[in-house]
Amino acid sequence: MAAVQDGGSEPEGEKEPQPELPSDGSSAPAATPASKPEEQQQQQQQTLLAVLQFLKRNKLIESVDALRREAGLADEPDEAPGSEAGGGVGGAAAGSADSADASALLSRVAGAAQSGAASAPCNISFSSIVLFIVLSVGGEDQPDVSVVLSAYSQQGDPSLYQVYYSGLKKFIESVLDCHRAELSQLFYPLFVHMYLELVYNNHESEAKAFFEKFSGDQECYYQDDLRVLSGLTKKEHMKGNETLLDFRTSKFVLRISRDSYQLLKRHLQERQNNQIWNIIQEHLYIDIFDGMPRSKSQIDSMSGSLAGEARREANKAKVFYGLLKEPEIEVPLDDEDEEAENEEGKPKKKKPKKDSMGSKSKKQDPNAPQQNRIPLPELKDSDKLDKIMYMKEATKRIRLGPETLPSICFYTFLNVYQGLTAVDFTDDSSLIAGGFADSTVRVWSVTPKKLRKVKSAADLSLIDKESDDVLERIMDEKTASESKILYGHSGPVYGVSFSPDRNYLLSSSEDGTVRLWSLQTFTCLVAYKGHNYPVWDTQFSPYGYYFVSGGHDRVARLWATDHYQPLRMFAGHLGDITCTRFHPNSNYVATGSADRTIRLWDVLNGHCVRVFTGHKGPIHSLAFSPNGKYLASGSTDGRVLLWDLGHGLMIGELKGHTDTVYALKFSRDGEILASGSMDNTVRLWDAFKAFDDVETDDFTAATGHIHLPDNSQELLLGTYLTKATPVIHLHFTRRNLLLAAGSYNSQ
Amino acid sequence: MTETREERRFAEVPRESIKLMAESAGVELGDDVAAMLAEDVCYRLREATQNSSQFMRHAKRRKLTVEDFNRALRWSNTETICGYGAQDALPFRPLKEGELFFVEDREVNLVELALATNIPKGCAETMVRVHVSYLDGKGNLEPQGTVPSAVQSLSDDLLKYYQQITRAILGEDPHLMKVALLDLQSNSKIAALLPYFVYVISGVKSVSHDLDQLNRLLHMVKSLVQNPYLYLGSYVRSLVSSVMYCILEPLAASINPLNDHWTLRDYAALLLSHIFWTHGDLVSGLYHQILLSLQKVLSDPVRPLCSHYGAVVGLHALGWKAVERVLYPHLPAYWANLQAVLDDYSVSNAQVKADGHKVYGAILVAVERLLKMKAVSLSASAEGGAAALQGSVGGMMGFRESSPGLSPPPEPLSEPPLGIASHLQAGGAGCQWEEWTPVSLPDMYCELYSFFGDSLAVRFSTGPALGGAPSATPIQSSDTRKEPGSGAANLESTRKMPQLTANMNISPRQDGSPRTEPAPPSLATAPGRLGGAPKRKKGGQSRDIFPKARFPPPQVGPPAFSFLIGGRQMGRRCQGRRFQTSFTPTPSLTSLPPRAYAHKLPVIGRVSKPVRRWTCSHYSLYLPL
Repeated sequence: MAAVQDGGSEPEGEKEPQPELPSDGSSAPAATPASKPEEQQQQQQQTLLAVLQFLKRNKLIESVDALRREAGLADEPDEAPGSEAGGGVGGAAAGSADSADASALLSRVAGAAQSGAASAPCNISFSSIVLFIVLSVGGEDQPDVSVVLSAYSQQGDPSLYQVYYSGLKKFIESVLDCHRAELSQLFYPLFVHMYLELVYNNHESEAKAFFEKFSGDQECYYQDDLRVLSGLTKKEHMKGNETLLDFRTSKFVLRISRDSYQLLKRHLQERQNNQIWNIIQEHLYIDIFDGMPRSKSQIDSMSGSLAGEARREANKAKVFYGLLKEPEIEVPLDDEDEEAENEEGKPKKKKPKKDSMGSKSKKQDPNAPQQNRIPLPELKDSDKLDKIMYMKEATKRIRLGPETLPSICFYTFLNVYQGLTAVDFTDDSSLIAGGFADSTVRVWSVTPKKLRKVKSAADLSLIDKESDDVLERIMDEKTASESKILYGHSGPVYGVSFSPDRNYLLSSSEDGTVRLWSLQTFTCLVAYKGHNYPVWDTQFSPYGYYFVSGGHDRVARLWATDHYQPLRMFAGHLGDITCTRFHPNSNYVATGSADRTIRLWDVLNGHCVRVFTGHKGPIHSLAFSPNGKYLASGSTDGRVLLWDLGHGLMIGELKGHTDTVYALKFSRDGEILASGSMDNTVRLWDAFKAFDDVETDDFTAATGHIHLPDNSQELLLGTYLTKATPVIHLHFTRRNLLLAAGSYNSQ
Repeated sequence: MTETREERRFAEVPRESIKLMAESAGVELGDDVAAMLAEDVCYRLREATQNSSQFMRHAKRRKLTVEDFNRALRWSNTETICGYGAQDALPFRPLKEGELFFVEDREVNLVELALATNIPKGCAETMVRVHVSYLDGKGNLEPQGTVPSAVQSLSDDLLKYYQQITRAILGEDPHLMKVALLDLQSNSKIAALLPYFVYVISGVKSVSHDLDQLNRLLHMVKSLVQNPYLYLGSYVRSLVSSVMYCILEPLAASINPLNDHWTLRDYAALLLSHIFWTHGDLVSGLYHQILLSLQKVLSDPVRPLCSHYGAVVGLHALGWKAVERVLYPHLPAYWANLQAVLDDYSVSNAQVKADGHKVYGAILVAVERLLKMKAVSLSASAEGGAAALQGSVGGMMGFRESSPGLSPPPEPLSEPPLGIASHLQAGGAGCQWEEWTPVSLPDMYCELYSFFGDSLAVRFSTGPALGGAPSATPIQSSDTRKEPGSGAANLESTRKMPQLTANMNISPRQDGSPRTEPAPPSLATAPGRLGGAPKRKKGGQSRDIFPKARFPPPQVGPPAFSFLIGGRQMGRRCQGRRFQTSFTPTPSLTSLPPRAYAHKLPVIGRVSKPVRRWTCSHYSLYLPL
């Protein structure tokens, strides 16, 4: 445990939150009271003061005290800025100071305080943070937003925008076919930026005419963004509009071959088309590569995200996607098991199989991370027992394939009145948990074994602790029931996750908290606060102890159950984080976002090691293949995409669903991918074939351009209809029986 | 504002609304301010809507709720809106005068709510059900996602009620049954159980041996039909088919002559008419379906007499129009069969013959009513047509009198109106009925008299002639009242009747002309058999039809008379001719087959081939079902 803590706290100090939370509109209390800081330490102190002031304003006296104590701040300096701010900013206006801001700052302060206390040098390793600090320092007297937007203030003749754009359009349409597709990528970002410039400079009617004229040319998968844009016609609207800020704060990334780029450059220089050239220079990031221009379908498969494609270097880092070595556990061949095997008439088969497994686990996978790359909890006795159970079950596992499809059991939630928001099964499929819109979490026992609470303390003291069945005796038989309800959240529960040892349950809610529940006492143990905005998803690490959460604040957080503050914060997404998943080796975390990208984060250092673009809608489901090599993702557009983690490439597209894919799961051996959707179907895909087809190909990993085979129909093994039940969770039992869950929708 | 684009994409708040709002808050706004505000409001609304959609997506729903919207508002530090959390749709109403649109805000009587006795039960417990949906990726073992059984969706109370009621109604205790039926008739909260009751009632087919149970089920139908809180909807069809079953089917219970299935049929027929008059509008085309099935039974000689009886009673219950439409045209054909049964005096035929008499009686009653009502309606329409001589009162009365006999008001008129008599054809939709044209009252009377003889005439006179509208039809009544006199009077009256028809715009010639086409085959037989007609006299006891039917029409002499009648009728009613002749020539032939079939019970002998041929030829055209 100690090791874990050490490992956790060190980067905690090192890693600062990414504060680019563009949602904060009105005031940045961080900046107001401070004079220009010369050093970063000072800067942090200012921040701290600002937070204190914010807390005070919101009457969070306790937090103020706690902070003060922790930071070792004297009372005097914080009085002054407090009053100053109180006078400077109108009470009502400042009262609603954005809580995102506050949250970011709060955690930041925490980090600063710790590092300060440890008197460790504050080594800020991320350029983005430096960038932020510079930015916030520079834009001191102005809210961040105006700084961001002021880039638009450059003036051109508004009436000429249409001419510029259509001139470029004409040019691109006239170039050779091979370049046209590539250069067409320019249309959308240019269109958006030109439109925003017009709006920002108060040319409302020109902006509308511009939109009217050219919005039809844009790719259909940008429709959602265009809809947001079309509503935005005034400069005032731009403040606080998240989509827009995303556009501004991030450079739209285009990947264009050198030839095409030269063509474009020459054209723009000939025409002296500075307006467009400026936009390209300032707001776009053009990633130039050598070689053949890409085809339209290649481009289409990768584009669609909010900020263009991923830069090539973003996916260059090495990812240790291999699995960790399993601890060697003696599987005792107890008698009953032997008998069972005998009955089946193949008692000998078991031994060689086990041996093979053992030998496999002894060899270190070259792609696997170091066993102790991140500290993992030690196995308890009960965990070992469970591992043994798991192995026993695994020997009885059905090997799935296109010929042997899994049976599907459906768990239907009845009488939930549209209130079911999340479902999870334990790994051994003995418990099922549901999160509901009425803020409750309910746990059911799927097996005949009823759920029991531990006895009260008074009763526990009466128990003979030496007896063999003490674990049985501590349970209160009177409380046995099929289901238990956990009360505590104050908003819909959007994510639930069981711990691997079945002792805990996590739930994330709209109220901004993640709660840890004990399944022994059925009470809430911890409420992890930090998100301050709805938390859309949470998941336990496959080894327990850690968990990840992500939500509306666009920051995914890594927590340890025994820390009330996050160990890591993964910032970089431009939209809500809609789903989070742990890699099977627990060293990585994948997050899907409403910005239509997927990011893979390294738990060790908090780096983003992969950015996957290609989805055309918010991503609502993720699943790692059991061997850790691949990732599947499902989005609102009904498509499932397959990714190779090692190479950072899209390797498959599964089309078939007609509505949001809310559930994805690989079978235990990874041969079958099951997807469940809002369209009331479960579909099974031949994952083995999907990966195999790609692997045999010669990877053009260097360029990252792949031809996706359009073989969805061949890969689709089956479509299974429910009557009127959207599928929101899927789970393979240890024997490869597929469990699906959803709530009956009687309409 | 470039409204074209905005309107296409978004809802928009007009500046007038902003002004109104401001006024209601006591602020005067200039036009430009209002416009600015309106635009900003639109934008903020759109923004909030976009933000709220993510809450919907994460709740894995397709429907955006008020709560989603409120969450979006709350997270953008805006006050939430209250009072719109209810699940039911909110009616958005316009107010003409002020050009106002508003959400209806009903007042809730808290006292009533607090003191209400029917406290709604809490929502059902959230639970998880599991079942194997696909085994080895194949086959759907069970439709997934259904709430296990429909009955379970009923509340316990309703379920209990259902069990109690069915037990009481089908049980032994008559008192309990009465109570149950009364409750069924007045309970306002059993709408959810309607399908189950209808299902129970459709069980008539399984208890056709038990008259008592059938009776109870019919009572149940009656209670349901009378319950003012129930909307029967398409269940009417099911109920009707159950009732029709009781009317028409040769119930197992009718094998035993001691069982009084006749009463059951009468009751069912009454019920049918009741359902039809009260709920006929719920199912379109119901009237025709009923008529068609009745007609089918009636024209099927293989059916037992009790079925025919049911058909006649059913037609009678549906009103005189139905009788005129279906029974009357079929009567000649049917008469032959009936006659054969009635003429068979063998012992083995006794039971069948008794049944035959029942049918005879039923037909007689139906026909009499037809004549009466027709007379009344004609007089009423004549009055109406003749500029309402009697004044509005008389006309009104006449109409009211005739209205029960008319076809159901809800049935739309598909045929274009044909003169004054058009209203008689109400409900004449569908091609099956197109050939039907009304027969004038005197003709009808003549023909019917030819079947029933004096028994018709006598009943006609002694009964409460012309219903309760004698005053409204003074002319007709005086005419018709002459009929019951002696033979001479009869002669006279019938001779007068054609004159009456002249007043009534329905000339017999018009009637007859379209019917002449299919004449030849029957014409050929008619004269030949005519010779045998006189013999018939000795056979006819109560209905020696022949002599009295031979009213010599004024235009022709007696020898040619019978021939001419044949000619007049031959088109559609050629079998009428045959009927007249068929009694006499082959008494042995008619009597033998019934005897041969007698042991097979209530089957009427398939007497004469011509009848069947007619049936076939005629109906193959008539019923393109």
